[in-house]
Amino acid sequence: MNTINDANEVLVDCQSVWKIFGARSSAAAKAVSERGLSKSQVLNEFNCVVGVSGANLQVRRGEIFCIMGLSGSGKSTLIRLLNRLIEPSFGKITVKGKDIASLNAGELRDMRARNIGMVFQSVALLPHRTVLENAAFGLEVRGIAKDERNQIARAALEKVGLGDWTTRYPDELSGGMQQRVGLARALAADPEIILMDEPFSALDPLIRRQLQDEFRQLTKSLGKSAVFITHDLEEAIRIGDRIAIMKDGVIVQVGTAEEIVTKPVDDYVADFVAGISKIHLVRAHSVMQPVAEYKRLHPDANLDSLLQTSPEADIAALIDLTMQSDRDAVAVVENGAIIGVVTTRGLLRGVAGTSAAAVDDR
Amino acid sequence: MNPESFQLSPGKYLAPTVDWLNTNFHPFFDGLARLIEAVLGGVEVALLFMPPYAFIPVVVILTAAFISIRVAVITLISLFFCWLAGFWTASMQTLALVTVAVIISVLIAFPLGILASRHKKFEATVRPVLDIMQTVPPWVYLIPAVMIFSLGRVPAIIATIVYGIPPMLRLTTLAFNQVPKDLLELGQATGASPKSILLKIEIPSAMPTLLVGLNQCILLSLAMVVLAGLVGAGGLGAEVTRGLTRMEMGLGLRAGLAIVAIAILLDRLSKGALQRGRPTARTAA
Repeated sequence: MNTINDANEVLVDCQSVWKIFGARSSAAAKAVSERGLSKSQVLNEFNCVVGVSGANLQVRRGEIFCIMGLSGSGKSTLIRLLNRLIEPSFGKITVKGKDIASLNAGELRDMRARNIGMVFQSVALLPHRTVLENAAFGLEVRGIAKDERNQIARAALEKVGLGDWTTRYPDELSGGMQQRVGLARALAADPEIILMDEPFSALDPLIRRQLQDEFRQLTKSLGKSAVFITHDLEEAIRIGDRIAIMKDGVIVQVGTAEEIVTKPVDDYVADFVAGISKIHLVRAHSVMQPVAEYKRLHPDANLDSLLQTSPEADIAALIDLTMQSDRDAVAVVENGAIIGVVTTRGLLRGVAGTSAAAVDDR
Repeated sequence: MNPESFQLSPGKYLAPTVDWLNTNFHPFFDGLARLIEAVLGGVEVALLFMPPYAFIPVVVILTAAFISIRVAVITLISLFFCWLAGFWTASMQTLALVTVAVIISVLIAFPLGILASRHKKFEATVRPVLDIMQTVPPWVYLIPAVMIFSLGRVPAIIATIVYGIPPMLRLTTLAFNQVPKDLLELGQATGASPKSILLKIEIPSAMPTLLVGLNQCILLSLAMVVLAGLVGAGGLGAEVTRGLTRMEMGLGLRAGLAIVAIAILLDRLSKGALQRGRPTARTAA
């Protein structure tokens, strides 16, 4: 999960991107770039609101990148900067190696039509069109002939399990089904990147979970990259390969679910993480004790008699192993060598969500 | 100082302007009058080409085939009533006048309405003009129209067009302002051209309100056409005027009901034609 190959192609690259809203936003943007004003200074001095401040992020090919934040954190603004529905105040955004600020209207339309799909929280289905016509909309505006676009749209609808609903109208579908149509519409255009703007927020929990799993599976099997916006950390953890946490327009932390859960950078992130179950997130390598320390505390222990596991084993697996063993520790083995020991205390720390760095076995 | 000497009379300036227009642009107005006469005459000839007993079945069958049985029944009843009331020719004249006036009103009001919804400054400029156009009693439009085009159908249709523009323009602006923002965003995010967004997203989403605008435009135009009977526009308006001046209750009532029949016919036909192939009663999500 956290073995993302750095050689992977970066599809979307944001470099210190700012978005400032307000009548004097350009003056404010200039002041920010020259004097490095803070968000509240901009509000006081220019009466402008900073939507996104200094955002850096890279989305790699085949990756699902979640942006998690509460309402007003700037996550919806940030995702709209990626396909230039909102123009950045300054900063550079490249998609597939092209600086999107340099595209003219036609090139931008072409990029949106071919490379970047989008799915909305409100679904945004056209009420006067059938499910099939809705799914084919992106292809239709690209001027693809009716037979061909209907065929592609039908295939996309089948992928999301709505093959039998093509002739229905959106208001005949449940919320979950409508959002599947939204996803099929994005997939029909076969983009490399799909922007998901809180797509499942309005759905009930069971349907939401089902769609989350389906979405992850579908995206992975089709080899798409996705930027997924959510206000729900559990959803981000379920879906995302990497997660960025936003607060007040600033990306406060980027990392895998495990990194964020075990090493929150500040109290804000720690607060979020507090309620998350760590059983499947925290892995042996982050709760284990170095061998030397274990030996110091248990001088007569025989390491070779401990049950062994890999550094990637999660807490649930570690608990199982500990229960099977008559000892209160499990050895972590990598490449044939014992690299650490997970004790029961370490396990408890892991369940509580404190990383090995803070484990004090005294 | 005598306060009466301050009396404001816009007409004092407007009347000479109309006179000046009349003398200097006479060929232009003359050409316009001829054009309108020709179009109107053509429509009238087409409507009266067949006798009612042939025309009514043809229209009803076409309506049933292309719109719906319901609208066909309404068409049958309203046309049959006009014929029975003894106003066939007058009804067709009025139908021609209103149809041409409404088409021109819509052709002017629709693009201006879209413009007003896109540019708030333009809307702010247009709004007071529309307010004035709608509150000034409709008779007043007839005066300059008659001064320039003299009596007959042409001043009537000009006054009708002017009267029909405000409701259509206002409701077009409203309709386009009401198009859900997420649908517009969808259009942009999908890479649709402004033309595709207009044709495939905005107009279909705005359609219910646009139809209300069209309905208002038709009804107000009909009301104006009746008034235009005063300036010799002919048609049902002339019959109503005759009933009024002679105090003939029966004549006035028959003509009045024929106008209602024409109004219902136009409203249902236009709605049916514009909504053809669309599911009915679907509101924006």
